[in-house]
Order: sequence, then C-alpha cells, then structure tokens
Amino acid sequence: MNKVVSLKEAAALVKKGDSLMTTGFLGISAPIKLIEALVEAGTDELTVIQAVTAFPMEEHDIGLLAQNKQIKKFIGAHAGTSKAVSKQFLSGELEVDFIPMGTLVEMIHAGGAGLGAVLTPTGVGTLQEEKHEKVVRNGKEYLVYDPITADVAFIKANKADKSGNLYVYGTAKTTTLQMALAAKTVIAEVDEIVEVGEIEPTDVWVPGMLVDYIVQGLNPAERDEYYGELWAKYNLLQKEAE
Amino acid sequence: MNAKEIIARRIAKEFHDGDVVNLGFGIPNFSAAFIPEGVNVTLQAENGALKFGAPPTRKTLNPDYSNSGGMPLTMQPGASTFDMQTSFAIIRGGHVDVTVLGALEVDQHGNIANWIIPNVLSPGMGGAMDLLVGANRVIASIQHVDKHGNSKVLDQCTLPLSAAHALDMIITDLAVFEFQDDKLLLVEVAPGVTVEHVLENTKGEVIVSENVKEMDI
Repeated sequence: MNKVVSLKEAAALVKKGDSLMTTGFLGISAPIKLIEALVEAGTDELTVIQAVTAFPMEEHDIGLLAQNKQIKKFIGAHAGTSKAVSKQFLSGELEVDFIPMGTLVEMIHAGGAGLGAVLTPTGVGTLQEEKHEKVVRNGKEYLVYDPITADVAFIKANKADKSGNLYVYGTAKTTTLQMALAAKTVIAEVDEIVEVGEIEPTDVWVPGMLVDYIVQGLNPAERDEYYGELWAKYNLLQKEAE
Repeated sequence: MNAKEIIARRIAKEFHDGDVVNLGFGIPNFSAAFIPEGVNVTLQAENGALKFGAPPTRKTLNPDYSNSGGMPLTMQPGASTFDMQTSFAIIRGGHVDVTVLGALEVDQHGNIANWIIPNVLSPGMGGAMDLLVGANRVIASIQHVDKHGNSKVLDQCTLPLSAAHALDMIITDLAVFEFQDDKLLLVEVAPGVTVEHVLENTKGEVIVSENVKEMDI
C-alpha cells in the first residue's frame, strides 16, 4: 500500500467535528504543513488535543486553526500562548478542558494502550476533583483520569520510510508515539521520505504499522531556515562570535 | 536591585551541586543566571530534555532542540532527550530534586495557585500540577504584594489551587518562608527589610524563626 499522500489529500482525511491530536511543543517540532493544509481546507468544529497551543511570540501551530474559527474544543494543559484560543475561551466561543500536561500524556497513552484509566496524585485538592473521581490506594489519594483517543493524529517526524517507520530526533519526540497509538487515522509529516530498509530498526521511534499516511513537510534545510527565521525574529538566538 | 532580581538571586542559592532542577517560566528561569560557580545542576525541560545549555547561534541551531518555552537550546555533554511520557515520569516519579514555580497566590498551608484567574486570565496549568506533586522539593517564587499593595502571601488562597500542601519554601522580594504547624515560618528577610515590614505585608499567620537572618544574595 502506498502511504505517501499530498498535504491536500491528508487534510481531507479530517472531517467536520473530528477529534484531532497534534504533536510538537508550542509549534516547534510540530506538523506545521499539515496544520496549514487543514487551515486551507477550513474543516471546522474540531476537538483539538495537544499539550500546549502556539509559539509564545506569535500565532502559530494550532493557534492558526483557532484564528480561523475551526476549533470547537481544546483539550490540553496550556492555552495562554495562543491569543485566539485564549480570547475565544474567555468569550465562550471555544470550550477548553484543562488537563495537567504529564497527566494528559498518560491519558493519551492509556487510550492507545488499552488501559482502563490513569491514577495519579496530580490534581488532588484542586478543581480537577470536580471532573475526576478520587480514590485511595495504599493509603494515598489519587484521581482517576479516563483514556483519550482521537479520530486523527498529525505526527511530526524527521524521517519516514515508505512503510511508515518513523525516526524522530531530539525534543521532537514529545507525544508522537502515544498519539500514533491513540488515533484511528495517523498521518506523519516528515522532512525526508526514504526507502524501506534505510532506517535502522533500532532508530525507529514509531513503528510503521501505526502510521497510515505520510506527507512531505519542509525538508531539513527548509526547516533550519524556517525556525532560524522564527527564533531570530524574536532575538532568541545568540549572536555569531566575531 | 529590583524585586525580580532579588528573588532570582535568592532562588539560585537553593541549588546544590548535582541537583536535577526544573524551573518555571519567568523569574525561576531567570535564576539560572545566578547559580554560584562550582554548583553544577542539570536542568530539565518538560518537553523532553536534560542537561541543556545556552541558546545556539543561527548557524548552530537545531530545530529539534527546544525547551518548554519554545526557545532554542544547545545540549551540553551528557545531555539526553526523550518523549513527554518519560519526561513526566521523571517529574512525577520523584527524580527531580527541586522545582521552582512562579505563583499568583501562596498560603500558610503550603497551597499554591498559579494557573487560572476565573473569567480574567486562563493560561492553564501546563506541567505545574504534575511538578508540584512529583518534585522532591517545591519552591514558590512570588512578588510579596500586588500592585495595590495587597499581600499575595495569604492565610488561604482565594484562586483555584494548582496543588494543596505542596510547598516546602516561598521566596519573595521581601522574605523567605518555610512552614511550621500549618503556619508560615519566617526564616529570612531581604537586605534592608525589617521583620515588622514583612509581618505588616503578609496576610497569613507567621511564626518568626529565632534564627531569622538577612538573605545572602
């Protein structure tokens, strides 16, 4: 089966009202081309599941979906870096379910791993108790958080072979493996597509059987340029030594 | 020295050689600049890195080395990267020695509120709720009073909590508190600040330590 599709074809796999998981962190190591294609497609009433929202300095990543009024509900740990998400939440246009970050990752893992729930002390004594049952195990209090699954996941990786095996570098790993397990349709945006056998088995972070579709994103040189520009624009890089 | 620098400098004194440290946004992050020479700490980024260094240049950047603020990183020798499930297992599993987090309010029971002001500001808790229950030592950093002069060190937090009974220490621009008998224990005052001034500006119940001293910053 050929898993390689165009950005437009990939975006069309997301339907109105779907739940969508996306990887990365504040728009870094994120599937930005898939998100752009989804903004272009205009598919709305989405429930978006992501740890955080946009790059702190400008609307970016899933913040662009919010800006285009495509998100009905956001499930995540932090929305403050997206002006659009924050504004729509405060005005009641967009629903937000705030889940502590490390807990969210475990809920997604539970969803993809066939587990019944997550028990964690995180949130005991807080408003989380209104949404999540409190139980006692071995004399200690925990909250019960239900598993999370989704219709579609946008996964960012550095390299895919044509069978879908993904190589993921550095801090790009984020929630890639958990979301690949937890979503019905998994689409990987990658910098490079290589032949089967060109990624060493030990370097595979996400097994290809979990990946349904592959799209070509920015290539490595284009990504260096893109993030170099973004970070340079806000003076986040050190000056070159004279 | 402004309030932020007083707090950041005092936070930096809490780190010991070899500590694994997770710093929240703002002043806690700023404290890394004041870590004394000879004290080597391993900083953690909750998106998935340990032992990172200064930002890169345009030529040395790697778009897949970033921190939990979306900022570019370099890695130091001995660094590691991992996914967020591992990162929060490190946090929740008690493998982080110290975390320092900014706060909107703190109180004498060790409670901290730092994620939402209902109907006004709702950034979200990020990784804070997991850090607060998981790190071995939890320090809150906060400016002692708000812009109207009201104490943010309270008898009881009024905002929704991030965690209950979680704090080991509070560092403000006026004082350092620990906890004793469900009350604030005043252990240090900032240079030029009197115990009376701290007491007047603190809404929670305070026990003044017999050994109260001036902050060494």
